[in-house]
Amino acid sequence: MSPQSEVERIFRQHRGRAVAAMIRFCGDIDVAEEVVQDAFLIASQRWPASGVPDAPERWIVATARRRAVDRFRRERTRGDRHDQAALVHAPPEPTEDGPVRDDRLRLIFTCCHPALSPAASVALTLRLLGGLTTTEIAAAFLVPEATMAQRIVRAKGKIRDARIPFRVPDDADLPDRLAAVLAVVYLVFNEGYDGHADQHLIRDDLCEEALRLAGLVAELMPDEPEAQGLFALLLFLVSRRPARLTERGDLVPLVEQDRRRWDGALVEQARSVLRAALRRDRPGPYQIQAAINAVHADAATAAETDWAQIVLLYDRLLACTGSAVVALNRAVAVAEVDGPLVGLALLSDLVDQLDGYGSFHAVRADLLRRAGRAADAVVAYDRAVERATNGAERRFLEMRRATVARAER
Amino acid sequence: MTQYLLSMYQPDGDPPEAAALAAIMRDVYAVRDEMIERGSWVASFGLHPASTATVVRGRGVDAPLITDGPFTEAKEHIGGFTIVEATDLDEALSWARKLSDASTLPIEVRPIAR
Repeated sequence: MSPQSEVERIFRQHRGRAVAAMIRFCGDIDVAEEVVQDAFLIASQRWPASGVPDAPERWIVATARRRAVDRFRRERTRGDRHDQAALVHAPPEPTEDGPVRDDRLRLIFTCCHPALSPAASVALTLRLLGGLTTTEIAAAFLVPEATMAQRIVRAKGKIRDARIPFRVPDDADLPDRLAAVLAVVYLVFNEGYDGHADQHLIRDDLCEEALRLAGLVAELMPDEPEAQGLFALLLFLVSRRPARLTERGDLVPLVEQDRRRWDGALVEQARSVLRAALRRDRPGPYQIQAAINAVHADAATAAETDWAQIVLLYDRLLACTGSAVVALNRAVAVAEVDGPLVGLALLSDLVDQLDGYGSFHAVRADLLRRAGRAADAVVAYDRAVERATNGAERRFLEMRRATVARAER
Repeated sequence: MTQYLLSMYQPDGDPPEAAALAAIMRDVYAVRDEMIERGSWVASFGLHPASTATVVRGRGVDAPLITDGPFTEAKEHIGGFTIVEATDLDEALSWARKLSDASTLPIEVRPIAR
């Protein structure tokens, strides 16, 4: 790895942590981002010659802090409006006996405050905690960069002017706030797991970040089974990462993955987190999704999958979410139990809602192929390819399409 | 500390009948008393109905100087407002929540610029 890309890797890995620490230190999101940027700039000039320090994260935070102190000192001597500097409000928190608070956890509660729109929350979290650039976030959400930049600026402005606090909420507010946080963490994970950025189908750093945040939230909220459920779900998904792509970067669908390559330790951890959550007997969407993944993990081969159990779990998930995408996944499971024609019949009810969604057409194409309707399958693959959001997905679908088209001839 | 404007949005039309309104006002005053007790209260005002409002447009606005009615066409208008002082948005929101519970009306919370 070249020294420059090593610095970039460290940047991605530690930026969120450094920004969160700096927000608490200097109370201003923009200043925090700038001084952390400065610190990385200095690092990229020095480290190629001097080598990376033992604890790069601490070096970056210390350097950023010096920059922030210099900055405030300069502004004060200039008679600048130091105390008018729109500061992020970080009230003191009770520390005795409480769990150790992570600055990033504070920051995620700020970013996911219900006073911000979900779109703004996701964008801010990705930008501040995921270390994504505005360009990448805009690409991920298919909006013009200027729109995304404005969304982020507005959200930061609201945090500053309305004084959205930089802290973990009180017990009374915690359950509501938690639901918003979990949704954002899951979205960050999905951005990492199958984001739109072509070169990195699986953005390990984002997945790791989401997994770490999910783990932190789960640790901080041991009595919230949904927090545990999300953590378990992400552990199951991460466990399959080694088997999910070929060496060429092509997607391998779940049923075709080499299950020996799944990370057994992560699967075990996921199972035990999920078991503890389910014992509380307060099921919710994340626990059910984790349970579905546990059923997959229990099957040594795809053929041994207990699809009937999965259908039951999807019934429950559909009952609590009412989501069309869940209905699509349920149809896949039903097709495994009752055959592709039954699955196709279920899909016909979803066309209106899911026509713009590539996975819908990919699922339909696969069911058509299995039902022996090759010509229709080719048409459905064409639609799926048109709507594919990344290169790996597109290549996968094109390969499938070619196979079906050949078989037809 | 930041001051927040808590605007109470009232549906146009007849107010609730007298007994119900009296109960609501009692609850609203109780919240105001609690604000005063906690040192958070700055001011509060109730307004006459939006039908009593008049809009004035000075030079540079291509419209009659004085027109009848509230500025925005809507089914709800500000019926009253309270200004509180709070350490952060969460504290302001918790006052808004109490006020909304008491008045049975939605409350818009907006920071006041210094």
